[in-house]
Amino acid sequence: MESLIWTENVTKIYNPRKPDEIRALEDASLNIERGEVVVLKGPSGSGKTTLLSLIGCMGRPTSGRIVVDGKDVAKLPERFLTLIRRRTFGFIFQQFNLIRNVSVLENVLLPLYPVEISFADMRGRGEKILEDLGISDKMQMKVNKLSGGEQQRVAIARALINGPEIIIADEPTAHLDRKLSTDLLRILEDLNITGKTIVIATHDPFVYDHPFIKRIVEMRDGRIQDIKLT
Amino acid sequence: MILHPGILALIIGSTIVFVMMLYASIEGIRIISGWDFQSSSEKQLDLERRTYLISSIIKYALGFEVLSTLLFIYTVDDIHTLFVGAMCATGSLNANPIGWYALYSKIFVFFCASLWIMLNNLDQKAEDFPLIRPKYAALIFITILIGLDLFFEMRYFLGLNPEVITSCCGSLFSDTSSGIAGELSSLSMRPMMGTFYLAVVIFIAAAVLCMKSQAAFLRYVVSFLSIVLLGISIAAMISFISLYIYEMPSHHCPFDIFQKDYHFIGYPIYISLFCGVFFGLLPGFFQPLKKIISLRDTIMLSEKKWLLLSILFIMIFTAISSWPVVFGNFTMQGY
Amino acid sequence: MRHLKILEYALSSLLRRKYRNISLIAVYALTIGILASVLFLTYSLKLEATRILIDAPDIIIQRLSAGRHDLIPSEYAGTIRDIPGVGSAEPRYWGYYYDSLSHSNYTLIGIDTNLPGLSLLEGRMPSDAGECAIGAGVGQARIVGPGDTLTLLNSRDTGVEFHITGTFRSESNILTNDLVVMTKKDLLHFFDLPADRSTDIAVTVHNPDEIATIAGKIKKAYPDTRPITKSEIIRTYDAVFNWRSGMMLTVFSSALIAFCILAWDKATGISAEEKHEIGILKAIGWDTADILELKFWEGIVISLTSFLLGLLAAFIHVFFLNATILSPVIKGWSVLFPSFRLTPYIDIYQIFVLAFLTIIPYVASTIIPSWKTAITDPENVMRS
Repeated sequence: MESLIWTENVTKIYNPRKPDEIRALEDASLNIERGEVVVLKGPSGSGKTTLLSLIGCMGRPTSGRIVVDGKDVAKLPERFLTLIRRRTFGFIFQQFNLIRNVSVLENVLLPLYPVEISFADMRGRGEKILEDLGISDKMQMKVNKLSGGEQQRVAIARALINGPEIIIADEPTAHLDRKLSTDLLRILEDLNITGKTIVIATHDPFVYDHPFIKRIVEMRDGRIQDIKLT
Repeated sequence: MILHPGILALIIGSTIVFVMMLYASIEGIRIISGWDFQSSSEKQLDLERRTYLISSIIKYALGFEVLSTLLFIYTVDDIHTLFVGAMCATGSLNANPIGWYALYSKIFVFFCASLWIMLNNLDQKAEDFPLIRPKYAALIFITILIGLDLFFEMRYFLGLNPEVITSCCGSLFSDTSSGIAGELSSLSMRPMMGTFYLAVVIFIAAAVLCMKSQAAFLRYVVSFLSIVLLGISIAAMISFISLYIYEMPSHHCPFDIFQKDYHFIGYPIYISLFCGVFFGLLPGFFQPLKKIISLRDTIMLSEKKWLLLSILFIMIFTAISSWPVVFGNFTMQGY
Repeated sequence: MRHLKILEYALSSLLRRKYRNISLIAVYALTIGILASVLFLTYSLKLEATRILIDAPDIIIQRLSAGRHDLIPSEYAGTIRDIPGVGSAEPRYWGYYYDSLSHSNYTLIGIDTNLPGLSLLEGRMPSDAGECAIGAGVGQARIVGPGDTLTLLNSRDTGVEFHITGTFRSESNILTNDLVVMTKKDLLHFFDLPADRSTDIAVTVHNPDEIATIAGKIKKAYPDTRPITKSEIIRTYDAVFNWRSGMMLTVFSSALIAFCILAWDKATGISAEEKHEIGILKAIGWDTADILELKFWEGIVISLTSFLLGLLAAFIHVFFLNATILSPVIKGWSVLFPSFRLTPYIDIYQIFVLAFLTIIPYVASTIIPSWKTAITDPENVMRS
């Protein structure tokens, strides 16, 4: 399998040379192959969220190289990073991060608004994804009226709407009960079977002990300690 | 000083835009002095973010300049009733000669600001901001132009004195008066018509050729021709097109066509002419930038669009200005 | 396509923050309403004045003595009539009368024949000595009407009684409000004017293009006179109205400035929720330019909504409520104030000027706050 994401000596320092300087990530070198499911495991403060956000083109590293699908992204200006992020990644956040008082459908379609695609095509895609995830009957409801499990599915639908190759999930089970966590992992597993690459940051053993996880990257104090195959 | 609402609006608006541009220039100087694309420091990221602010400011400034040029023309026309001897914008502008400079500076600012926005768009499509320093240096130049424009505008309006008896287009654009206006008015019609239509045909032919070929010199030719076309078109306006619009053999004024009596036809005519000339300028203007690898493809793709737009606008301009000549009731036999 | 979609999101975003935006729109619309009222009123008055002047004589000849207005020999009219191009030259007999009872000025005018362009509300024009017709304002001030008696003090401080034969219609109010029309003989006697003198001479000219030339000829024939042409009067009105409206606009621009400060404050004081929302948008694929465009559309929607509401409010205020708030300053200070319906008239130029004056400062004051919002780091969303 070929390398989809490749980082070399990536470092991220917040507020450099200031009293509140934070060395969030140091010399992280990692190679993720197409179709893999990788977990970044570590306690809070270990740098896993930082590494995840850099891989996901949410920011630029202080130093080091990051190559995503053959493209060097470490030095790209923001608009190009955004284009790659939009095209390649789907994000599932800890807190769902859905927009309140907005309908399910509109939330799901938000990533498509800045894209040159007609209203009709956009709605079509949204409706299909919601149907695949079993919540198309709640399309017009405001998201704050949904249950935790339903909101989770909306968040996943939004992450998938652009047809991304890579799914990034940051502590996805942090606010879920056991049943919902099981559902989530099952959905992620199904996505992996269809060929998507999955990168999850978590310190929840329910996740990193799951059989569909291929590799675990252990992190502590901003550094990669160990990389294990499962 | 004439406290006319249009004048107030213009001066307040111009002042606000100038202040905004000053701010943009200061940011631009910061960017020029601190820019280091290879660095990923907070400072560099902050500078990159500021480029968005400057783009925003300039876009608003250009939008304002376009609107303010239209408002300027309309206001200058509207106040002509306050001056003895004035029958249109020409009279108002003659009442305080610096008015002509105010008009020219507005047109010049329009072209410069539009060029800058095009330059900025191109630069942003490249991954490495290749034009960052020349771009922001040019910004300072544009700010100075806008300041000059504000100065001329204020000098003009503040110096207007209704007691002054001014002369109007009848004397300025008459066959017998001296100066460029008079020369243009007295050009004989048939040769001028021939020149104008020939120039349009040559320009469109050159533009079409330019679309099909990659030759660099063609781009310079098209840009050069668009400037020539601007001059010939204005000469044609004064020399014969205006006569057909006014249906009077001695009325050469290029400004009266902005008035209600002539259905404000001046606006679409001049807007289409300026847009056509502007897009025609772009290929030659940006040809040297093709040397920059990250820009080459973007420029080549955009060129076709510019040329098409230029041809389209010039055709619209020619159609509107020729309509009264071809289909109007007025004929100039024996002139 | 994407512009439309971002616009749609902008609308939905504004609706979600109804209360904050409604307060902003209300203040903005009020500011625009005030400025628009000023523009509508002055323009309408200007038009009204110009319309009325259509019936005015082409040239009015006054006589100057030691630089001040003096009575003019009526015989001048004969000579003027002989100038080629002159249609008519009629001496006019009129003067001002200060009425201490109502503390106002009336215009007394003496006629031999009917005045053109005026119609009576009730009654008839005076035909005999001791009769008069009055304007509506005079009637109201002295609480008199047709059939009553109007007593005025003449120049010998003697009370003179006039039997009121008619009152002028309210449509002609702007011309006749303070008028007292009597016979020419009565007027000459009232002001003790010499029989061979008149107040001024009204001249009409066949060809309007010849007015200036004929005025010049009259001046040459009678160097002690001052011919005033209609166009000069129109120009003066124009200048005065422009000045008045310009002055009012300047004054009210302080309201605009205050509003812009408010706008800046509102835009900068973006709520934590809104900041989070922008962060989410950036995280899921919107870039800074998209957010800037979102803010741009929000600004446009607020501006246009406020603009239209302000225009509507101004229209109602000026043309239906007779500009109760603004009239005194614009119309001028005179006690006898005619009430008349202003003809609703607005043109694109005025609207354009108003848009310029109001939308540009608002946009300018929101550029920087919008940008600050737009550069929100998407990374923060990961950490929340």
